[in-house]
Amino acid sequence: MENQDIGDAVKAGLPIFIGYFPAAVAFGILAKATEVTLLEAFLFSAVVFAGASQFIALNLLATGMGPTGIILTTLLVNFRHFLMSAYLSTRIKERTLKYYFFLAFGVTDEVFSVLSFKRGPLSKGFVFTLQMSAYSGWVSGTLCGYLLGGFMPQILSQSMGVALYALLLAILMPEIKASLLTLFLALTSGLLNWLLIYLDFLPKGWSIIVCIIVIASLGAFLTRTQKEEIHGA
Amino acid sequence: MEHNLIPLILGMAAVTYGPRLMPFLFFHSTQIPGKVDAFLKYIPAAAIGALIIPGVMTATPDMPTAGLIGIGFTAVYGIFRGGIIVPVLGSVGIAYLVLAGFG
Repeated sequence: MENQDIGDAVKAGLPIFIGYFPAAVAFGILAKATEVTLLEAFLFSAVVFAGASQFIALNLLATGMGPTGIILTTLLVNFRHFLMSAYLSTRIKERTLKYYFFLAFGVTDEVFSVLSFKRGPLSKGFVFTLQMSAYSGWVSGTLCGYLLGGFMPQILSQSMGVALYALLLAILMPEIKASLLTLFLALTSGLLNWLLIYLDFLPKGWSIIVCIIVIASLGAFLTRTQKEEIHGA
Repeated sequence: MEHNLIPLILGMAAVTYGPRLMPFLFFHSTQIPGKVDAFLKYIPAAAIGALIIPGVMTATPDMPTAGLIGIGFTAVYGIFRGGIIVPVLGSVGIAYLVLAGFG
């Protein structure tokens, strides 16, 4: 059964790898252009392991911002993972503390998305294999980008930029088909995010946090009223 | 950069890992109340919606239409079939063809 899980995880992890690799190549190229050393570029990906914030950090470094400002920005940008971990903690049955320390490191947007709609309990083997495919794509892509530079044709790396969005949508599709409420909530969340980004008054990364809090509350509220109606009838 | 970035990287790692870890430690032993549980249940749909829109509109910055046609394939394929690998590779392939053909 464990083998079945690992096979499933490889299948689910491959699209994450395909999405992460070219994004990490871009990070490696940019890191080199920002005059970050190879060791530092590697450490960014290997110990931070959070795509968007790494790109933002390079931008901020280039503008001359000091470490305190960059670390604070990173906290804001990555705080959405707090909510994702909160959800995952309700899904993971394994109650070993040691396991949490490993698992928490790999909670990225895409790993969270794949895990969140996987049916049944989440086994250790599945979670780790999935996280390793994401991590290996991110770290190896960073090294390739730094060392080999623009070896990948630009059209190919651009078109691979669609992969992560396609992955997220492919994960969501079965849920949307099964529940109109999910379709409504996901769409509303996206439109709210669009509006917030357009209005541009929140710090970077916080529009997603606001969307998650508002839309998940709306979902909880709507199901509660639904239940009350059923009980009332 | 002439200065050493390693302290910065470790600081970034700490503030990234902390929020990822904390909920696991908090909810480790506590029973989650029903209202919070209902809220947590809708986090995936809310998060994924906001991760896709509006980012997908600039997935292929040189020619946003290519990315949108690619993601359109994922949506249509998802309605009739399902799975992950075919819709992901298909969307990349289609975006590539559009970029190569019209770019």
